[in-house]
Amino acid sequence: MTLNMGPQHPSTHGVLRVALELDGETIVRCKPIVGYLHTGMEKQAEYKTYTQSIPQTDRMDYISPMSNNLAFCLAAEKLLGVEPPARVQAIRVLLTELTRISSHAVWMGTHAIDIGALTVFWYCFREREKVLSIYDQVSGARMTASYFRVGGLAMDIPEGFLDRCETFVDEMPAHIDEYESLLTHNPIWLARTRDVAIVSAKDAIAWGMTGPSLRGSGVKYDLRKCEPYSGYETYDFEVPTGVRGDAYDRYQVRVAEMRESTKIAKQAIERIRQLGETGPYRVRDFKYVLPEKDEVKRSMEALIHHFKIVAHGFFPPVGEAYAAVEAPKGELGFYFVSDGSARPWRMKIRSPSFINLQALPLMTEGRLIADVIAAIGSIDIVLGEVDR
Amino acid sequence: MSESPETPRIRTLGTPPAGELVQPRSEQENLEDDVKRGVLFTTLESMLGWAVNQARANSIWPLGFGLACCAIEMMAIAGPRFDVSRFGAEVFRGSPRQADLMIVAGRVSIKMAPVVRQLYEQMPDPKWVIAMGACSSCGGIFNNYAILQGVDKVVPVDVYVPGCPPRPEGLIFGIMKLQEKILASKPELGPVPRRRRKGAA
Amino acid sequence: MALSLERIEERLRERFPDAHIEREAGEALRDQPLIVAAAELVGMCTFLRDDPELQFAMLPWMGGVDYLPRVPRFETVYNLLSLANARRVTLKVRIPEDNLRVPSVTSVWPTANWHERETYDFYGIEFTGHPDLTRILLPEDWTGWPLRKDSPLGYEEVAFTHNTPGRTKPSPALRKLAPKRIKYRAQ
Repeated sequence: MTLNMGPQHPSTHGVLRVALELDGETIVRCKPIVGYLHTGMEKQAEYKTYTQSIPQTDRMDYISPMSNNLAFCLAAEKLLGVEPPARVQAIRVLLTELTRISSHAVWMGTHAIDIGALTVFWYCFREREKVLSIYDQVSGARMTASYFRVGGLAMDIPEGFLDRCETFVDEMPAHIDEYESLLTHNPIWLARTRDVAIVSAKDAIAWGMTGPSLRGSGVKYDLRKCEPYSGYETYDFEVPTGVRGDAYDRYQVRVAEMRESTKIAKQAIERIRQLGETGPYRVRDFKYVLPEKDEVKRSMEALIHHFKIVAHGFFPPVGEAYAAVEAPKGELGFYFVSDGSARPWRMKIRSPSFINLQALPLMTEGRLIADVIAAIGSIDIVLGEVDR
Repeated sequence: MSESPETPRIRTLGTPPAGELVQPRSEQENLEDDVKRGVLFTTLESMLGWAVNQARANSIWPLGFGLACCAIEMMAIAGPRFDVSRFGAEVFRGSPRQADLMIVAGRVSIKMAPVVRQLYEQMPDPKWVIAMGACSSCGGIFNNYAILQGVDKVVPVDVYVPGCPPRPEGLIFGIMKLQEKILASKPELGPVPRRRRKGAA
Repeated sequence: MALSLERIEERLRERFPDAHIEREAGEALRDQPLIVAAAELVGMCTFLRDDPELQFAMLPWMGGVDYLPRVPRFETVYNLLSLANARRVTLKVRIPEDNLRVPSVTSVWPTANWHERETYDFYGIEFTGHPDLTRILLPEDWTGWPLRKDSPLGYEEVAFTHNTPGRTKPSPALRKLAPKRIKYRAQ
């Protein structure tokens, strides 16, 4: 029997369509069909300047928007050959780790609600609201922040931001304990996720999986440790890995990652306090990056650069660059090809969910239908990223 | 960039559809409609009208139809901080057959448009549509080959909620506006006559 | 000991002595890509994956680029990752417009399946040996290759009052429907 888990389904985390061929309750063939949210971001980026494409990236993996912004900015900065100051890097790390916590909270809430544990959803969203208020304070928007810019940040962090982050980061481990008390030793959770959707390490690498899905299978590869960016090599944290590659291991990896993120965020807050609660929030390279506004009002050169960059955009050298970050879902990377003009010639997005989703047939063929739901949830896909 | 004749670089708005524009219904037309529908429905409507409208407005069952980023804010209204239970709309149904409100939350791509239409047609009357966010109202920041410029190209929309994404309070305001619309509308019991443009197919 | 790009190139040349391997010249090519020929692509990728020193076990991504006025017009870019060495290398294959065929690398890394489908969907590049080369992100019956430089963006003109065809002033009868004073439910 052919069953269509259509684009509209409460458990498909968006508009994913899965065509299942069944034999009773066992799945013979599983084929994910994507494209129902294709937005043409790569084409549209060729018609916009680099700064204009940053809001687009928010809408890709909309659960962890700052990670997308960071990946974009890092790739553009690699192409330009600029590096933002240490303070900016610390702020970026802080916000990205908070993003990771909020993204894993949403993942846990939705994965649990698919499997049937409804309570977890409300607990996780309570914490997520705190992160969204922090986003609101720093950038003006709750979710689609677009706070990072090529060369720095859109604006400096406001007063009281660090205290707020610190309060959140201090109370978060207790909340993670709460979530764990609901799920980790819960016999129903164990029955639904133990030995379900297993991916061996060899398969995970061959199928290009990255992020917690790869680490759940035992492969200790985290871009923050192995190909560090934005100062991650100076932070002290661990990379949790699983053993078996089943959904339960991926769950444990993500919960452990939430804990590590609170540690990194704490260190980042300390560092920002050391480097100054107010200070430079952009690289001082006026050829590519906007000068600060009060300087624009005083200096002629800054004014001209400001005008040129805002009206026309900055002109990167002819070339190409690829930079990736460890987004909550996996390796998120941007590949820019520049022809010297203010608009990229090509922007290719390496989105982790697209690639992790390919392994769905591997995880579900020969298993029961209910395992498909657990598998989709445990890979943690976001359709905005899959379809771009 | 060269342009081929079939796919022009800018899609212009073109000619308006055939048939006269729909005029608001006159008293005479309303009376004729009532006569056609029969005495039973019209009596029930006038007696129970207010109550029926109150019931419909205060317990709207949305369809769980989140497409993109707006879906997360839609989930947030079901969350603990912005509780949509206060307005009676917390029961997100999975099946369109059991829902009466379709909140199109997110960008509608060309591949998804026929699916949206099919879901709308699967919903039983009375049904309403809220276009949540800029992308479903008008295409939003994506004006390209892949995104439908507004979901009102495929389904009739009752309330548009602007924002990218709208704050959960904004969506709740949209739901409240819809409640006002329901309370002010004719409480049609029984089959709803479908009105078509005169002269069009 | 870090694996350097020169070492990778050296090993490739020693294993494929007659193959065309070129370091792309350019000012800001931050990843220093190697240009290889389509015919040797699968052989090279298999070697890079299986060699115990190189171990490029993962293909994180692969995509296409259209350099329209240039000949050859298209290019497919492969980014390979060696987890053991934490090293990446970028390979490129240049494809002329009149022979849009590249051998598929799904036999080397199964993950290339969807990447190649996406590149086919966007550019029309055919991957020989691909198990299921169909459109993935656009509807199956879509014609055209959207990401090519000569395909339009598909921008739709926004309807303003001055450019909406057939728009007339609203009929006076509509005024009767508007309430005299807007009253919100909360009041």
